[in-house]
Amino acid sequence: MAKFHVTTTVNGEEVEFLCDAQDSMLDVLRGPLGLTGSKEGCGSGDCGACSITVDGRLVCSCLMLAAEAQGHSIGTIEGMAQGDRLHPLQEKFIELAALQCGICTPGFLVAAKALLDRNTNPTETEVRYWLAGNLCRCTGYDKIIRAVMDVAADMRKGVAA
Amino acid sequence: MSDIRYVAAESLDEAVKAMLAAGGQGKILAGGTDLLVQMRSGAQNPGTIVDVKKIDEVMQIVELPDGGFRIGAAVSGAVIGEHRKLAAAWPGVVEAVNLIGSKQVQGRASAGGNLCNSSPAADSVPALVAAGAKVVIQGPNGRREVPVEAFPTGPGRNCLAPGELVVSLTLPPRPPGSGDAYLRLIPRTEMDIAVVGVGVSLTLKDGVCTAARVGLGAVAPTVLLVEDAAKALIGSKLDDAALEKAAAACSAACKPINDKRGTIAYRTKIAGVLLKRATAIAARRATSNVPGGMH
Repeated sequence: MAKFHVTTTVNGEEVEFLCDAQDSMLDVLRGPLGLTGSKEGCGSGDCGACSITVDGRLVCSCLMLAAEAQGHSIGTIEGMAQGDRLHPLQEKFIELAALQCGICTPGFLVAAKALLDRNTNPTETEVRYWLAGNLCRCTGYDKIIRAVMDVAADMRKGVAA
Repeated sequence: MSDIRYVAAESLDEAVKAMLAAGGQGKILAGGTDLLVQMRSGAQNPGTIVDVKKIDEVMQIVELPDGGFRIGAAVSGAVIGEHRKLAAAWPGVVEAVNLIGSKQVQGRASAGGNLCNSSPAADSVPALVAAGAKVVIQGPNGRREVPVEAFPTGPGRNCLAPGELVVSLTLPPRPPGSGDAYLRLIPRTEMDIAVVGVGVSLTLKDGVCTAARVGLGAVAPTVLLVEDAAKALIGSKLDDAALEKAAAACSAACKPINDKRGTIAYRTKIAGVLLKRATAIAARRATSNVPGGMH
């Protein structure tokens, strides 16, 4: 069986790759595309460490076939900082030490950004439910929730972009 | 190199042909949140994966001229949850769909996929049964419709014949004074599989229940339509006696398994409890859904 030739957009840039039918988007991101920020925790859509956006919609890249990316726009953790300028969520995670081993962090950041892109005034309950699909096995949830709430407040004040 | 074929069908005809050509080894790909997990675990080894997300009819929510809705089989939970008119008319159906998995899963998972996966614990199905939804199926012999409750035939099994696929789910028009609700019991607050799920849809006129349907999940090999529970509600003012009778009908309909999530006795008892609570929510929504506003 010939490989599939896929043309897609990753973090705003047009990208081409070859894949097999059963390759997941995560396989291709971490392999041929060399974007290893998205992590594989479970491979079954439970942990959220592989979170990306597809046309702005938050999804698990382990639950998407790479061939499905044809013609769509993919956003990964690598597209979150603007050059050397970290996204406010990234800065706040560092400031509040909202990470321990760091494996879950890219997924949490991508998921949190997807929330704040839609709603800059979430309640703590809304943040916790939105991030329920991201697991932190160091169990550092509180600082993560605090960081997201703080950035949301900064965005409302116009401090964070 | 793999032997798996991937076909992104551009039309229903192309999808049906690809499924027939796969000779029983084809799997439809909508959101993939069940299929990819099953492929990884080895539970599914499809020869051909037929992606239906390029087919407009499968990806649209349409408000029908009669006031009903047609939900494309592969429309994601996230898109369903953002459809204000659908959520206003069928809040129970929408909340049931939106209970499936995380926000990430909602970005892909669909009501059609939830139905075709045919788990007895599928969250959207009891609500769709209560709503009186019809499943629109396309196959080699054209199109047919079946009621949702007739679609699953056992755990992981359904009534689709070779080459057939689900196109959409249709919800009927809503009379004034109608409301629906779905409640499930899980051991935690989010991200788990239903131990019991109950969907209730009803219509009230002057405080009297004039129509009702009850769907019951996770307590039998398939999701059930509990007609005896509906009969107990219809004609009543949803008083305690009617609710007790409907709850008892739900418990009587249970044929659950014993497993780590819940014992037979527990599931049977909870089915009645959730019926009462879901009925109360549906009734409240029905009361606020009368032209002229709240009473």
